[in-house]
Amino acid sequence: MVHMDAAGIDHAALNEWIRQQEGEVLLTGCCGQRFLAAGMDHRSIRVTGIPGNALGAYLNGARVEVMGNAQDAVGDTMNAGEIIIHGDVGDTAGYAMRGGEIYVEGSAGYRAGIHVKAYENKLPVIVIGGRAGSFLGEYQAGGIILVLGLHTDGKPIVSNFPCTGMHGGKLFLRSKCESILFPKQVSARPASREDLAEIEPYLNKYARLFGADAAALLDSPYTVVTPDSANPYRQMYVAY
Amino acid sequence: MGIGFIYPEFEVIRNEARCIGCRICVRECANGVHSFDEKSGRLLIDETKCVNCQRCVSVCPTRSLKIVKSGCVFRENANWDTGTIKEVFLQANTGGVLLSSMGNPKPFPVYWDRILINASQVTNPSIDPLREPMETRVFLGKKPSDLRRDASGRLEYNLEPQLELSMPVMFSAMSYGSISYNAHESLAKAARELGIYYNTGEGGLHEDFYAYGENTIVQVASGRFGVYEGYLNAGAASEIKMGQGAKPGIGGHLPGTKVGADISRTRMIPEGSDAISPAPHHDIYSIEDLRQLVYSLKEATRYRKPVIVKVASVHNIAAIASGVARSGADIIAIDGFRGGTGAAPTRIRDNVGIPIEMALAAVDQRLRDEGIRNQVSLVVSGSIRSSADVVKAIALGADACYIGTAALLALGCHLCRSCQTGRCNWGIATQRPDLVARLDPQEGSRRLVNLLTAWKREIKEMMGGMGINSIEALRGNRLMLRGIGLTEKELEILGLKAAGE
Repeated sequence: MVHMDAAGIDHAALNEWIRQQEGEVLLTGCCGQRFLAAGMDHRSIRVTGIPGNALGAYLNGARVEVMGNAQDAVGDTMNAGEIIIHGDVGDTAGYAMRGGEIYVEGSAGYRAGIHVKAYENKLPVIVIGGRAGSFLGEYQAGGIILVLGLHTDGKPIVSNFPCTGMHGGKLFLRSKCESILFPKQVSARPASREDLAEIEPYLNKYARLFGADAAALLDSPYTVVTPDSANPYRQMYVAY
Repeated sequence: MGIGFIYPEFEVIRNEARCIGCRICVRECANGVHSFDEKSGRLLIDETKCVNCQRCVSVCPTRSLKIVKSGCVFRENANWDTGTIKEVFLQANTGGVLLSSMGNPKPFPVYWDRILINASQVTNPSIDPLREPMETRVFLGKKPSDLRRDASGRLEYNLEPQLELSMPVMFSAMSYGSISYNAHESLAKAARELGIYYNTGEGGLHEDFYAYGENTIVQVASGRFGVYEGYLNAGAASEIKMGQGAKPGIGGHLPGTKVGADISRTRMIPEGSDAISPAPHHDIYSIEDLRQLVYSLKEATRYRKPVIVKVASVHNIAAIASGVARSGADIIAIDGFRGGTGAAPTRIRDNVGIPIEMALAAVDQRLRDEGIRNQVSLVVSGSIRSSADVVKAIALGADACYIGTAALLALGCHLCRSCQTGRCNWGIATQRPDLVARLDPQEGSRRLVNLLTAWKREIKEMMGGMGINSIEALRGNRLMLRGIGLTEKELEILGLKAAGE
């Protein structure tokens, strides 16, 4: 593994250095450098310290592992690859993500998984171990968002207004969601055995990555949210 | 018929003496206006379906068709004109939000037509472009604030990435989906031949058109359709679409029914799924957030490509542009309220935003006052209709213009404003293979090249007349303009003297 002490080096220089390396890269002492690994493919980057916003933007196949918290816009418009966060993430994680997987050990801020989509063999997956803030999965067009609710602060598994504008994909919450209000264009129902089979590989991976008990995670009530019909937002227009 | 009946806007008149019954009109009208009645052996006309796109008129081999405005009129008055009455009827009939296309058709002042261009007389003689070189080339991007020299006195050359245009006109953003494959191919070919750029719009870049990447601006909008590392690096520049002149503050919704195999691949979404562009980018709530997106694009393209931020011209455009200039954007594109669109809510199209002439003058002045004009280039659109509009825009402070509607007209559009139906008889705003095939990309690109070649000649003529031999010397040169029929306040905002002053 090639190592670089990131302290005092700006993001452009760090990314240039990463691009020049072969094999796995270790960045230590990261302190807020943005756009790390932007657009990168076929490499593995491990980060200690706190990377800045837009970590792995347009990520195109690389694997990024952060041994602590990350900030806003993790995996913005990500196309392929893997981002693993051993901690919490800020707002707008996985915005407009088309492929790849994001695993967050802890909780996510506001607006996680907005406009996540899927395409051909690409199925983006966001797994959040703790809870998610408001506006989770707005405009979701495809893919899987999974929130496990392993947080311990007593707050609900998701804050206000999840799934507004959802028109594709599936959102799973490890909860009965009795107190959660969903918009009327989506349907929220208890997950079936088939639904759970769909998320089992991701649960197993979460457990493997962060040392959780996969069987216990699976043996819980889940709520699955999907759009209510093929075209739930058709506005009545009259063209002339 | 009955209370909900609205008399057709147009009448299609067939000159029976000339008609040879070839039925080309029947085959060519996708709206089904023309039909042949087997029983009577007669050609019939259903003018309720006519949008006045002039297709049948243009293809009739004997010139036996014409379309005229219907003579059936409401008892309209200055307050309740026919259009307004009709809109109330339509909404009472259906309960629907009014939807229309192309630019704002309302009779708001067109300031371009109230601005006059100067010419030299006697002193500072005019220049004849026939015998002297005239430079119409422009470079878009950040310009340095100062010159630096190295230890040996040589100039340091650290210019930020630039777009080089052979003339200050580009084709504006029109997505594949809103317009056809053949329309895109025409624009791409013409852009390459002319040494300018076309813009993918927010619908991604078709795999066949990566070959035109050097002349392509790739757009990144709130839906991020088709945006990935390869797309960003395929283009010559990327454009963040924050707003659009025809519908500021409004998102987009391409219904799943229009997302066929090819569009699905280009947008990178499943076939038949809705393509919803949220009204805002939900990760941009501030200039600082915008800066983050600008720099993430620069980072993904390794600082080799300029980033454009496109905004609609709205009330506080000067302050908005100042913020955008500080976001790190290399180029700001400002789209005026007459900008076209494939579909927009009518009330938004007709009532939201301000004229591009005012916006441009205000932005250029504000950026100069703040000493940051060199940090961004300005591109304006919505709407630029002629080379004279281009010259006036440059003199008001623009670096270049985007043209959309004018380019579509060159491709055969007759401004029937029915793009949203998807039945464009000219093969432009449609995805129906039989209609798309009517637009030949070779012919289309030839017509676009013709149009801009003519504009370039006219621009040179006008520059020569002013005694200016380089477009750079015209930029922001408002002394070359005078206003006519404008109020003191309008002149003040435009930064112009009145004709005669």
